[in-house]
Amino acid sequence: MTDTNKKFLVGIYDDDDVILDAVSKVKNAGVKIYEVYSPFAIHGMDTAIGHPRTRIGIAAFCFGVTGFLCALTLTTWTMGIDWPMVIGGKDPISLPNYVPAMFELTVLFTAFGMTFTFFLSNGLGPTVKPLLFDPRCTDNKFVMAVDLSKNKMSEIEITSLIKASGAEEVSIKQI
Amino acid sequence: MGAHHHEVVSVEEQFEFTADSKRNLLIGMGIGAALVLVGAYILSQGGGHDHDAHAAAGHAAEHAHEHGAHAYHWTKRIIANLWVNSVYFAGISIIGMFFLSYNNLAQAGWSAVFRRIPEAMPSFLPIPAIIILVLAVFFGDQLFHWMHEGIMDPQSPNYDAVIAGKQGFLNKPFFIIRLVLYFSLWYGLWRVLRSLSIQEDEIGGTDNYEKAIKYGTAFLVVFAVTSSTSAWDFVMSIDTHWFSTMFGWYTLASWHVAGLATMTLTIVTLKERGYLKAVNESHLHDLGKFCFAFTIFWTYVWFAQFLLIYYANLPEEAIYYRERFTGYGGIYKAPFFINILLNFVIPFLVLMTRDSKRTPLILKIACWSILAGHYFDFYTNIMPGTVGENGGFGAVEFGFILLFTCAFIWTISNQLTKANLIPRNHPMLEESLHHDIA
Repeated sequence: MTDTNKKFLVGIYDDDDVILDAVSKVKNAGVKIYEVYSPFAIHGMDTAIGHPRTRIGIAAFCFGVTGFLCALTLTTWTMGIDWPMVIGGKDPISLPNYVPAMFELTVLFTAFGMTFTFFLSNGLGPTVKPLLFDPRCTDNKFVMAVDLSKNKMSEIEITSLIKASGAEEVSIKQI
Repeated sequence: MGAHHHEVVSVEEQFEFTADSKRNLLIGMGIGAALVLVGAYILSQGGGHDHDAHAAAGHAAEHAHEHGAHAYHWTKRIIANLWVNSVYFAGISIIGMFFLSYNNLAQAGWSAVFRRIPEAMPSFLPIPAIIILVLAVFFGDQLFHWMHEGIMDPQSPNYDAVIAGKQGFLNKPFFIIRLVLYFSLWYGLWRVLRSLSIQEDEIGGTDNYEKAIKYGTAFLVVFAVTSSTSAWDFVMSIDTHWFSTMFGWYTLASWHVAGLATMTLTIVTLKERGYLKAVNESHLHDLGKFCFAFTIFWTYVWFAQFLLIYYANLPEEAIYYRERFTGYGGIYKAPFFINILLNFVIPFLVLMTRDSKRTPLILKIACWSILAGHYFDFYTNIMPGTVGENGGFGAVEFGFILLFTCAFIWTISNQLTKANLIPRNHPMLEESLHHDIA
């Protein structure tokens, strides 16, 4: 991640239901939550944190259209213009013949495009060191991270809020 | 809102089939019957079709004449219309059972809250079943090339060696036995599932659910075979010379998406009238996804069947599309392309975004498009091989659509009154009430 030298408050929770409630409580008290980390997806967490809705659907549509146009160009150019081929007595440029290629490339571009968009927007990659506030969030614990620089409240206030919401422990982490 | 914040909604709902709805449906049926009568009168006076179409008719028409096929009589169009609608509505009805069965087998939880709607759909089955059986027994030769007089008899001038070669499967006794088998198995297994479900409302527990999984799975095994064979029997064997190895699942895809659209439309309409309060946006979203996905699946199969024939260009296969594009004066070209517009282009574009699948109005538009479109799917599959150049789209067609639609809504509404609108003791109900896909 690009964020460096930032101070985070890290709350560790033991239960997915507890942290889901805690997110609402802490948020309602006026704290801006940076992110929640969990070993598995928690239903309703996205809306509870209040993240803006994903735009991956729009990206998917754009990749799909790109794939479709690439296939149309590829088939028309290779089969119809550069080296016209007559197959089954059809015109070299006959769209029904091209539909399978257009369908496949639309799917291929959409799938790969979305995967890479996902990696990029989540900061995942072969050389990138992932942001890990507490390794236990990959096992049995649930982690809530609060970026102190993005909050007006004091460290002590937020710490007590997180504690009161059911956290087992709260620590400060410098990234 | 998180899953834990859902308010508790009542699962006690009794659907009321109001006198108003009954009156409207009766008016609809009255108009339908009147249109059929007017249309029939026009047809009997020799109107409603263009005799010049003969000149432009494709090979198949000439072919039929060579065989000295039955002289055309206007009642044939009535019979063909009854057949189109019966096949279409029988399919929609049985998809209710199909949906329940695969949901049971997958032990799906999300659908529990609206199960009573697919559960009610097969109750319409006896009506198309009786029409189909009566037509097959008494008017089969009007519909099926292979039922023509002497077509299997080498001594007859009507003899057709290709069709005679299919006698092992396409003979009237076996055909009638198959039809009876389809309807009794489909309807019988549905009755079992339905009574298990209604009993479950009273006794609770998981025994009935376990049994329903078993009977539902038995139905899936039956339907795996009969969905294909019934598609051959109801539709494909009309064009007896022609065959497509994809026809079974092509027809299943058509029935399936039409059945899903019927379900979605019913659920959205009930919700608008204040029923099914426990059905939330996530349920609608998933139903929308179902319609969207199977719209694409149908298109995939529809196009795959076309592409293979188009590419290979074998005369005995390509004739099928020839008849629909240019044959019979080109009267089937418009329905053929309306088909792809209503069944693919409109629902595909309309249902693409997340928000649209959660918007009742857009769901309704997509569902109506699918339902109208798949009528044309069966229309283009059945009409050219039966009425050929004497086909068309007029008062008779509209009238029968109206009659069948109103009768279907009547039967389903009536069935919905027979049980609580939400299966109150279904083991998966709790999961379904909290269904949340964010």
